[in-house]
Amino acid sequence: MTPLLSLRHVSKTFGSGPRAVRAVRDVSFDVSRGECLAVVGESGSGKTTLANMILGVFGQSSGEIRFDGRALPSRRTLEHRSAIQLVQQNPLSSLNPKRSVGASIRLGLDVFGIGRRSDRWRLVENALEEVGLPGDFRRRAPAALSGGQCQRVAIARALACQPRLVILDEPTSALDVLVQARVLRLLDGLRRTKGLSYVFITHDLSVVRNVADRVAVFRSGELVECAETGAIFENPRADYTRRLIGAVPVITDHELKLRESLSGGLPA
Amino acid sequence: MRRTTVILLRNPLSMLGVVLVAAVVISAALADYIAPFPEHRGAVVDFVHFNQGPTARNVMGTDLVGRDLFSRILYAFRISLLLGVVVLAIATPIGTFVGLLAGYLGGRAEFALMRLTDVFLSIPPLVLAIAMMGVLEPTLLNAMLAVTAMWWPWYARLVYNITRSEREEGYVLAAEVIGASTLHVTFREILPNCLPAIITKMTLDMGFVIIIASSLSFLGLGVQPPTPDLGSMVAEGARYLPDSWWLTVFPGLAILVAVFGFNLIGDALREILGADQ
Repeated sequence: MTPLLSLRHVSKTFGSGPRAVRAVRDVSFDVSRGECLAVVGESGSGKTTLANMILGVFGQSSGEIRFDGRALPSRRTLEHRSAIQLVQQNPLSSLNPKRSVGASIRLGLDVFGIGRRSDRWRLVENALEEVGLPGDFRRRAPAALSGGQCQRVAIARALACQPRLVILDEPTSALDVLVQARVLRLLDGLRRTKGLSYVFITHDLSVVRNVADRVAVFRSGELVECAETGAIFENPRADYTRRLIGAVPVITDHELKLRESLSGGLPA
Repeated sequence: MRRTTVILLRNPLSMLGVVLVAAVVISAALADYIAPFPEHRGAVVDFVHFNQGPTARNVMGTDLVGRDLFSRILYAFRISLLLGVVVLAIATPIGTFVGLLAGYLGGRAEFALMRLTDVFLSIPPLVLAIAMMGVLEPTLLNAMLAVTAMWWPWYARLVYNITRSEREEGYVLAAEVIGASTLHVTFREILPNCLPAIITKMTLDMGFVIIIASSLSFLGLGVQPPTPDLGSMVAEGARYLPDSWWLTVFPGLAILVAVFGFNLIGDALREILGADQ
């Protein structure tokens, strides 16, 4: 079966001559339908550059990005824009402080012509309800919402566009641990019910273990290793992957027992 | 909006600003009813009462041809406010448009638009206005044109700087990824975030425009007699100081009241709207 997203020998160089920066070098990987691929690596490893190329914010210097079996044009069509959506790291800055939450969500509906014009506010409310927020939140300003609620709105905005692939650019790194767990659970549930594919960009390996089917490890713009999540954690082949996993804070036996006593009991 | 009004009215200084500006606006709007001698705004001569100090009949005295200064100051407020409103109503949209496009598009558009702005900013404002008025005929319309030409670049620079920093915000990327048009991103997403700074600057600028317009009139390049204008009234009276002090002091005080009022409101708005850019 054709993968939903396929990158072949994709590179990106910023600038030219001796000052040129090779942000992404000869990267190839696939994302299947319904799959969550985690892209991990330290800051500056080219994760966000990769996301921006997939989204069409800027083009790749060489190589090919295919979506649903067809090469993505450098100027994305409406269909491609609607199919590939983004959830950003900082939930507060990703929503316009001067526009209502509903107006931010509705933008995608208006641009892509989703639903009838008179129905669109109802669709906005549906999108909010899908992420566990009351529909009347659409009238609120982002400043009246908590970080976790803003991130849910950002997810609702992406979902309202009826995407098939969502790029999650460190969607939980600006949230505290409990809110992080709730947002991850929400994302996982949405993926299963809607059959979405995720490219989950993160530097947090403990998050990866819980949500990803496969993991792509990046270092200095190069793909070091790409394998099933279990294989990456149990039998990492690359030395760099081993070091990354080695740097994850270890949970003590006492903390493990505490977690077990709470399992299923995390606040909703 | 309600919060802004409440804060504005609670602070004694901004309250004073509101009172001064309201007094100027109301007296300009109702000049026909308040002025004891409405006909004195034109070419009237009254040699019986010429060059008299303040009296019960003429509370601010009379000018060299016997016209009531108080009446003329009320009508002069009208000209000053009209000039300020028209200049800002033209300069602000032009500057905002240029700043938004230059700040958002970047590249060649940014280079061309901002260098053009720099050319205007590099000429001292009053010199530019004097040069323009020297070439053109000194009328109210041309005074407006001259002041507008020197005012829009400040808005272009202000909006350009805010747009440059807003362009990096996540909500702009979110709108771009969705495929919103350049016009939508600039005018619907970025512009609302520039408005607090623009509104604050407009309020402060009302005072400055009144001063510049008065300066032009003072130099004889602005509004021409017999139309009452605060700047030309001060210029006319300055020759007779200190004997006929009322000729200069009252129009000068009128300029001070208007400018001070707008500045107080502008300062308060800057604090309320957090528009420190």
